[in-house]
Amino acid sequence: MNWIVENLWLIPALPLFAAGISALTKQKGRKLAASLAIGSMGISFLLALCAFAHVLALRSSGQATQQFFNFPWFQFGNDWLSLGWVLNPLTAVMLVMVTFVGLLIFIFSVGYMEHDENFTRFFCFLALFASAMLGVIISNSLLLLFMCWEIVGLTSYLLIGFWYFKPSAAAAAKKAFITTRIGDLPFFLGIVWLYSQTGTLLFYNNGAGALEPAAITHLLSQTTATGMCVATGIALLIFCGAIGKSGQFPLHVWLPDAMEGPTPVSALIHAATMVAAGVFLVARVYPLMSAHNGVAGVLTTSTALQAVTWIGAITALFGSLVAVAQFDIKRILAYSTVSQLGYMMMGLGVGGVAVGMFHLITHAFFKALLFLGAGSIIHGCSGEQDIRKMGGIRKLMPITFATYAIAMLALCGFPLFSGFWSKDEILHAAHHWNISQLPYYMGAFAALLTAFYMTRQVFYVFAGRSRLTQETTDASHTDPHAHAADHHHGSGAIHESPAVMTVPLALLSVFALLLGFFGTPAWPWFQSFLDDSPLAVNFGAFGEGGILPVMLISSLIVFLGLGLGWYFYGRRPIVSAEAPDAVGKLSPSIFTVLGHAFYFDALYAATFIRLNTLLSKISDWLDRWVWNGAVKTITSLVFGFAHLDNFLDTHVVNSGFDEGCEGVSLSGQVLSRLQAGRVQGYLKIVAGALIVFTILLLWKARA
Amino acid sequence: MSQLSGYLLLSAFLFSIGLAGALTRRNAILVLIGIELMLNAANLNFIAFWRYGPHPEALTGVMFAIFSISVAAAEAAVGLSIILAVYRHSRTTDLDKLNSMKG
Repeated sequence: MNWIVENLWLIPALPLFAAGISALTKQKGRKLAASLAIGSMGISFLLALCAFAHVLALRSSGQATQQFFNFPWFQFGNDWLSLGWVLNPLTAVMLVMVTFVGLLIFIFSVGYMEHDENFTRFFCFLALFASAMLGVIISNSLLLLFMCWEIVGLTSYLLIGFWYFKPSAAAAAKKAFITTRIGDLPFFLGIVWLYSQTGTLLFYNNGAGALEPAAITHLLSQTTATGMCVATGIALLIFCGAIGKSGQFPLHVWLPDAMEGPTPVSALIHAATMVAAGVFLVARVYPLMSAHNGVAGVLTTSTALQAVTWIGAITALFGSLVAVAQFDIKRILAYSTVSQLGYMMMGLGVGGVAVGMFHLITHAFFKALLFLGAGSIIHGCSGEQDIRKMGGIRKLMPITFATYAIAMLALCGFPLFSGFWSKDEILHAAHHWNISQLPYYMGAFAALLTAFYMTRQVFYVFAGRSRLTQETTDASHTDPHAHAADHHHGSGAIHESPAVMTVPLALLSVFALLLGFFGTPAWPWFQSFLDDSPLAVNFGAFGEGGILPVMLISSLIVFLGLGLGWYFYGRRPIVSAEAPDAVGKLSPSIFTVLGHAFYFDALYAATFIRLNTLLSKISDWLDRWVWNGAVKTITSLVFGFAHLDNFLDTHVVNSGFDEGCEGVSLSGQVLSRLQAGRVQGYLKIVAGALIVFTILLLWKARA
Repeated sequence: MSQLSGYLLLSAFLFSIGLAGALTRRNAILVLIGIELMLNAANLNFIAFWRYGPHPEALTGVMFAIFSISVAAAEAAVGLSIILAVYRHSRTTDLDKLNSMKG
């Protein structure tokens, strides 16, 4: 049964393999790419179920539910750097969620991307994403987690910019990449710091891991120069990574823009899984996050967790406020995601791993469902994304409407839907937080707004008569998705999506409806599974610890939100696309501020980006005049030397050499004249010599 | 003037004719003939010195002359075949045109 622990790497490796193959496939290999991606994801899902079953079996037999497998990677100095993977309830739950949601979204994408010519590339990226995300989940080393984390960021960039010929998509991709990088830098510093303090990056390693008591105690005993505990410092730095990835305030700006990507990408990456990676990271390093020097037994919250809570609460409120004034169907959902991620962070901060993770899991299902529903609507409306121009879709797309309504109610926290249980738990935990009551009120107000903006959206999109005019259909042809919808219909009529898209919707809606029952106060299976605590069915739990009042209040809030939504948008049908927004009429100025998301983009453009531009201009100037000047001076110096050398060579060294050469050549010429090539010439010399010698001899003899 | 001097003069005369022929003729064969003449002038000297020398009974001069003639025959054969080969190669026996060794 340990087979699954040792081979946990197969779960991310299979989609990676599929991505590799489809990267090499030609553009026409659509079926191959899609079936590889879906097939590998299916097998990974089955393996994830095996892992889940393994953890369940360990639990029922009363053993420790955490198993890991480490292996040395490379040696530097005297240390071995180890990587590894860990299987515990947190991993198992996330694995099953990611593979299942991913699988459904892959299938949905087959329908949604049907007419896109880069279908193969799309599935390659999706599979690569799934692989990296699963890698983040299983890794038992902060370094391995960080590597997968960066691949996840890369695929996010690639997929947001999938329609790279749209300038807005290219810009959004860059924005997402750079913004998350801002968070990743402190994250990396945190990793380095952690390594320098503990000498290991493994989470669990039989007592020697960074998250185990020995290391935590060591970290708590150290303080930095400012008196802050080292554990807090590292935890806050790591949390910065989570802020970037999970779109938390103030690095949330990239997430709404990321909606430029294809809708399945928004569903998979920017709603269900990737953005949840930040939340998951905090949950993974929770022992570090929650470490504090408090006296045992006294309820204390660590500084890091307080930061998590406040950031989460601010994000939750901020996201839901902005979502009220958006008109793009996907941007509403995007801000809603920002807000829900804030909830999860808040849940982690006030309630612990189980509280935050429960909302993460339920949210993954209903938000994926919402996005896929939005994708189905956009697909049906020939690429239209403005909710003012929709309307009346309820009758035309009944399956989409039904599933969308379920997801919307789950998101609002309508009683008995999955979101109700998970959100309620967060609010309950916030209510009992020992530091401040403010996050609770912020969360409650955000819940009211959530119900309100979702009602607004649903009334805009589904109720009344269609406001989709012929012009908008024509205008939407500039949208890259529009060509996909071209040949479905003759008159631009809105149509229900094919089964390959509606079946995943239906499956997801089942989970959106029922998943909450795994974590009710009466039967907190999920919480006990994650916390490894005993489980008991106890219907009396509703009455204990103030759960029931909180539940009633939050239900009231939800009904109030729904009622307000109906009052503003449902009472009178919205007739024309140009009519001003009903809430916008109350206070146009506030509505405009909300519509522009509190002008955060403009603020960043006026401060950081302007500063950056200024810095780059200074750098440019320095480069152009100082460094370039230095380089040019050195160049001309070298040139001068070269010229001097050249002169010496031509006029001093060369001339001497030439003289010598000429002498040799001249003597050669003289000598060569002797060798005339005529035999008789030589004979003449011989004869002359003979005569001379004879005369000499005779003359001597005479003397 | 003794008889020996007469032979020596004849030999010197022959040698001079041979030398003149060898030096002035353009045709390689005629040059070879000139060389043969000079060789025979030397042979005549051998015979003359032997006949009028102190030991005319020892036949040494005749032996030298015979050796010299046979060597000259071999030399003529080699020389002629060289000239033939040169002719085949350059289609001429004119020594003035055979100057490819010119420096």
